[in-house]
Amino acid sequence: MTSPTGKARTLAEKVWESHLVRRGEGAEPDLLYIDLHLLHEVTSPQAFDGLRLAGRQLRRPDLTIATEDHNVPTVDIELPIADPVSRTQVDTLRRNCKEFGVRLHPMGDAEQGIVHVIGPQLGLTQPGMTVVCGDSHTSTHGAFGAIAFGIGTSEVEHVMATQTLPLRPFKTMAITVDGELRPGVTAKDIILAVIAKIGTGGGQGYILEYRGSAIEALSMEARMTVCNMSIEAGARAGMIAPDETTFEYLKGRAHAPQGADWDAAVENWRELRTDDGAEFDAEVHLDASTLTPFVTWGTNPGQGLPLGAEVPDPEAIPDENDRIAAEKALSYMDLKPGTPLREIAVDTVFLGSCTNGRIEDLRAAAEVLRGRKVADSVRMLVVPGSMRVRKAAEAEGLDQVFTEAGAEWRQAGCSMCLGMNPDQLKPGERSASTSNRNFEGRQGKGGRTHLVSPLVAAATAVRGTLSSPEDLLTAAR
Amino acid sequence: MEPFTQHTGVGVPLRRSNVDTDQIIPAVYLKRVTRTGFEDGLFAAWRGDEDFILNQEPFKNASVLVAGPDFGTGSSREHAVWALMDYGFKVVISARFADIFRGNSGKGGLVAAQCEQHDVELLWKLLENEPGTEVTVDLETKTVRAKDFTAPFQIDDYVRWRLLEGLDDIALTLRHAGEIDTFEAGRPSWKPTTTPVAAS
Repeated sequence: MTSPTGKARTLAEKVWESHLVRRGEGAEPDLLYIDLHLLHEVTSPQAFDGLRLAGRQLRRPDLTIATEDHNVPTVDIELPIADPVSRTQVDTLRRNCKEFGVRLHPMGDAEQGIVHVIGPQLGLTQPGMTVVCGDSHTSTHGAFGAIAFGIGTSEVEHVMATQTLPLRPFKTMAITVDGELRPGVTAKDIILAVIAKIGTGGGQGYILEYRGSAIEALSMEARMTVCNMSIEAGARAGMIAPDETTFEYLKGRAHAPQGADWDAAVENWRELRTDDGAEFDAEVHLDASTLTPFVTWGTNPGQGLPLGAEVPDPEAIPDENDRIAAEKALSYMDLKPGTPLREIAVDTVFLGSCTNGRIEDLRAAAEVLRGRKVADSVRMLVVPGSMRVRKAAEAEGLDQVFTEAGAEWRQAGCSMCLGMNPDQLKPGERSASTSNRNFEGRQGKGGRTHLVSPLVAAATAVRGTLSSPEDLLTAAR
Repeated sequence: MEPFTQHTGVGVPLRRSNVDTDQIIPAVYLKRVTRTGFEDGLFAAWRGDEDFILNQEPFKNASVLVAGPDFGTGSSREHAVWALMDYGFKVVISARFADIFRGNSGKGGLVAAQCEQHDVELLWKLLENEPGTEVTVDLETKTVRAKDFTAPFQIDDYVRWRLLEGLDDIALTLRHAGEIDTFEAGRPSWKPTTTPVAAS
């Protein structure tokens, strides 16, 4: 798959160019074809309304799929949704999908779940595709070597009507992670370390390509965790070149190609790598072997440190804006400079979300909790990313491990990641959360969030303070 | 969409960086299925504090928001743009905008004017020293003016043209419907499809 000019190209450039409906002239942006459009209840109602008002059709219902995730309760799902406004939003999605012929996986359906968990699970997310959704964590799907990014509601309507988007080419940034991860260090720690390094604005205007031996060694689920949080570094999309791990994951899935189509697809997918000699607009390097479990102390995902560190002193931060931001964050988080992060006590642990709600994440946390108890001072919620993940976990007996440890075993959805359903922190409550954003009030008004990996979440649940599984071995049981 | 050429209104200094979309409008306000009425959610967590700048008299009717860098980070919610516009803002000035927020602004008709940080600081000082000062944002010349302050701003040329003309993006794309048809006909057969249901 060489370019017409024979120029060495990056993975992102290859996928971009293969979706060009037309190249923009002058100031005009490129027009890009969209292979898959994912919908959920929060960012779609106004777009459907726009279509109706303009008398336009949904161009490709067969490239569109919907699920209910942001608002759905994670208990008593057989009952009507108690919050009337949430219920209206979910009912509106159901009506819209019926009217426009869109496949919807509603609450209780075997394929219902967080939009970014179900796309890959169904085999709909494949290498070399363009995938969009009215949700910034669409970057998750880049783990398959797709260009996948979040869009606003106007763009949702635009894709509905035209199956395209006018876009300006992104710049490209290589994030090379070499070396081997130490035991207890995960994909979540890699991405938190990347964000702390380049900052929440560092990826703005770029598509990130994660590469290097540490990335190649990751499972598909771990790759999704990394790509998921690209947006927290300001990048709309992150990608990883597809390889045998990717093909192995996809083979046999409901919407994956079959027979001769599979062979043709794999042949095409093998070309989806950055050519030798291709140039990135920026490059960042990280050594995986130096990483330790990472946690956030502040109110944006870039405000993170290794678990062994202490709450930073804003006085020591040279940049004025960063210093003011750190002061505001510490005041909101009610933390004192110099406090060891390991001494921060939490009252809630949330395991789930499109970042860390997949089966592998549940397995890792269950392994830590097996034979142990969640501390009396802690409430732990385990929310599978999809009904299928829930079912798989139950088949392995993980639900037993969680409930015996004293955690709550819930139904699938976005849940406490953003607290649009009843799963929220109360003012002043503090969580260790495997989700993606520690913004002020994100998990509930006045709630305080520390972002962590599933392993750190589980160990924290047991000790009651931010901890890694190693701490459980050294501490008296 | 109404064409936008120039706007003059009271400027409000928001001395915060990384104003994420959860601050602009918390998730609990996103449950409406309508396109309007989001002004009550704007900066909801901060507006409860009477010292918050928008609660102070000279800034109550402000329409030009002057914010710190990395404005609009986080979620893709276009509700953030709608909340700002429903409240009465026509322009946000910042040294750096999150990509999705900037895109959403252009679609909704909110001008996201990117100025140098030192110009933002000068403007902050001016607006703090003389609260209620009006700021003029001229999209034709890409300049911000207030009293004797003048600074250029950046905005995507295409977005600027669309805003000046008040044009709808979808209608512009549909001018190329033939090219979309041609592209679509050439897509490989192994590309996945969903299993739609009969429309009713």
